[in-house]
Amino acid sequence: MWDYSDKVKEHFFQPRNAGPLDGANGVGDVGSISCGDALRLMLKVEPETDVILDAHFQTFGCGSAIASSSALTEMIKGKTLDEALKVSNQDIADYLDGLPPEKMHCSVMGREALQAAVANYRGEVWSDDHEEGALVCKCFAIDAVMIEDTIRANNLCSVQDVTNYTKAGGGCSSCHEGIEEILAQVMAERGESFNPGAQPKEEAPKGGMTNLQRIKKIEAVLESVRPQLKRDGGDIELLDVDGKTIYVSMTGACAGCQMEALTLQGIQQKLMEELKEFIKIVPTKAGALSRASCHV
Amino acid sequence: MSGIYFDNNATTRVDPAVVEAMLPYFTEQFGNPSSMHSFGNKVGLAIKKARMQVQELLGAEHDSEIIFTSCGTESDSTALISALKAQPDRKEIITTTVEHPAILTLCTHLEKEGYKVHLLKVDGKGRLDMDEYKKLLTDQVAVVSVMWANNETGTFFPVIEMAELANAAGAMFHTDAVQAVGKVPLNLKDTKIDMLSVSGHKLHAPKGIGVLYLKRGTRFRPLLRGGHQERGRRAGTENTTSIVGLGKAAEMAMEAMHHENTEVARLRDKLEAGILAKVPRSFVTGNPENRLPNTSNIAFEFIEGEAILLLLNKFGIAASSGSACTSGSLEPSHVMRAMGIPYTAAHGTVRFSLSRYSTEAEVDRVIAVVPEIIAQLRKLSPYWDGDGPAAEPEKAFAPTYA
Repeated sequence: MWDYSDKVKEHFFQPRNAGPLDGANGVGDVGSISCGDALRLMLKVEPETDVILDAHFQTFGCGSAIASSSALTEMIKGKTLDEALKVSNQDIADYLDGLPPEKMHCSVMGREALQAAVANYRGEVWSDDHEEGALVCKCFAIDAVMIEDTIRANNLCSVQDVTNYTKAGGGCSSCHEGIEEILAQVMAERGESFNPGAQPKEEAPKGGMTNLQRIKKIEAVLESVRPQLKRDGGDIELLDVDGKTIYVSMTGACAGCQMEALTLQGIQQKLMEELKEFIKIVPTKAGALSRASCHV
Repeated sequence: MSGIYFDNNATTRVDPAVVEAMLPYFTEQFGNPSSMHSFGNKVGLAIKKARMQVQELLGAEHDSEIIFTSCGTESDSTALISALKAQPDRKEIITTTVEHPAILTLCTHLEKEGYKVHLLKVDGKGRLDMDEYKKLLTDQVAVVSVMWANNETGTFFPVIEMAELANAAGAMFHTDAVQAVGKVPLNLKDTKIDMLSVSGHKLHAPKGIGVLYLKRGTRFRPLLRGGHQERGRRAGTENTTSIVGLGKAAEMAMEAMHHENTEVARLRDKLEAGILAKVPRSFVTGNPENRLPNTSNIAFEFIEGEAILLLLNKFGIAASSGSACTSGSLEPSHVMRAMGIPYTAAHGTVRFSLSRYSTEAEVDRVIAVVPEIIAQLRKLSPYWDGDGPAAEPEKAFAPTYA
């Protein structure tokens, strides 16, 4: 069974704003091919102010599709259309305290229904611009189409390349066979054959970052989370960067805090997004690193 | 544990008598059956007994035709790969579009290795076209693998007749019978079936034990090589406790065979009729005339299966669905698609599978709960309008698919 958050369950069992909406003046009908799910979002917009007075939904879909639809209607009511359009699929997932990776497309469908409904209200035609494929990497929710496109666009030829560019395969590594198959297929299109021993491309997408630039970027990410940590009486310090391993020291109230692992996980995720590569964050006591090297 | 468990095609509870039979083999009877001393000898005798109990259930001619494996999937893989390795000149496989992934995923993989796989189509009721089958049976076919009963709909395939045809064409015949064993009387000695897969946990034995039936004289190449266990046909120390458990479960399945085909079938029919009578726009999938006695697969149009299961679960009722969402795959059940069931119904299929533990009271309770769940979800469905489907539902709601 899916590991749904309590918030997802709650919105599924008691959906808000379900059913037809009388007087709706903006309607968006979209479907997600990945699940066969489909959603009709109905908006009642005040023409003078562009404020969404009411929003209802009807959904043909699974638990998380219904919960995402319900959450979306709650999130956009009272907003102007322009404000509402700023709601991202990640915002919908966050509102529900997260969705399983296989189910993220439910939140994407919600976001698309919103775009479609607004376009309908404004008399525009909405066309979808993204295609979704079979989920390959469950750690980072990367699908086959995304991997194929990235391989094609960057002439990639190794699993490590794919991980560097998309993060796919950078976690538990169970999907490497699947990634190799996609590589073989796309490389065949350009007349090459996949060679498991191929070296990854030299300039990985650190965006051509030098070591110094990379470390500065890491510092910047840590700086951005520092206020939050300080609010809880703690802090974080960068000790060393060794390839893909980033050593940090948690100080103050953060050291040994029960939430330490969770906090680090969040920071690691943020670092990976910023650096666009797979990295590992390792908590270490200051001074431990130099000592450790003596034992080598 | 309370709750209504109508998901016995997924797995079954281990019968308490089976657990009791197994327990001594965890503790005092811990020996390795290969050992020379008496610790091993007694366990060896227990395995011998279990082998004969399974032989009896399958109607096999010899107990040496029973090979214990770790699960149904291992039996399936062993059978197909053995048939290909033993007949290197034959490069083709015939199977069906509605097999379990244990066969289909393997065949997809074998295709990449250069084998030709023919998938037999099914009609709207899940039946095969025997003429199509006969045409494909050439001297290039190494093995035919056709399931005895479909896990989603319970529909039977005519495997005994198909085995005769395969035999006449010089091809080996394998059947994945994990859903049929224990529910259908078997007499393999009178058939041309060369190989048959059994899964213990589908018949009240534990998970992690399976059987490959291998007719004497069938050419064989082991999947696992090593020690002399199972006469060298499946190396690896025996899962003694589970083998003993499967033996006991096989004996009990023989005793319950009549009950399974009368009382369980009656309860299933009552459940199905009760739901269909109260829920509009619902129908049975597969072939109701020719299927397992315990299985009913019902399509509820215009709603989605995972949502149905989540609400059923709230009432303590366990079932399963062919919707895409429940598996995390892109498509609804390949079985439903193969039968041409439209998407708006295929996503809303629910499988109820009973067992000899199912009761009349449970059936009555499910009949009472299901209609309100379906009505509740249809209220949320864009294809539904008030008390019935929107006029021309496919036109009333035609979303932009992405």
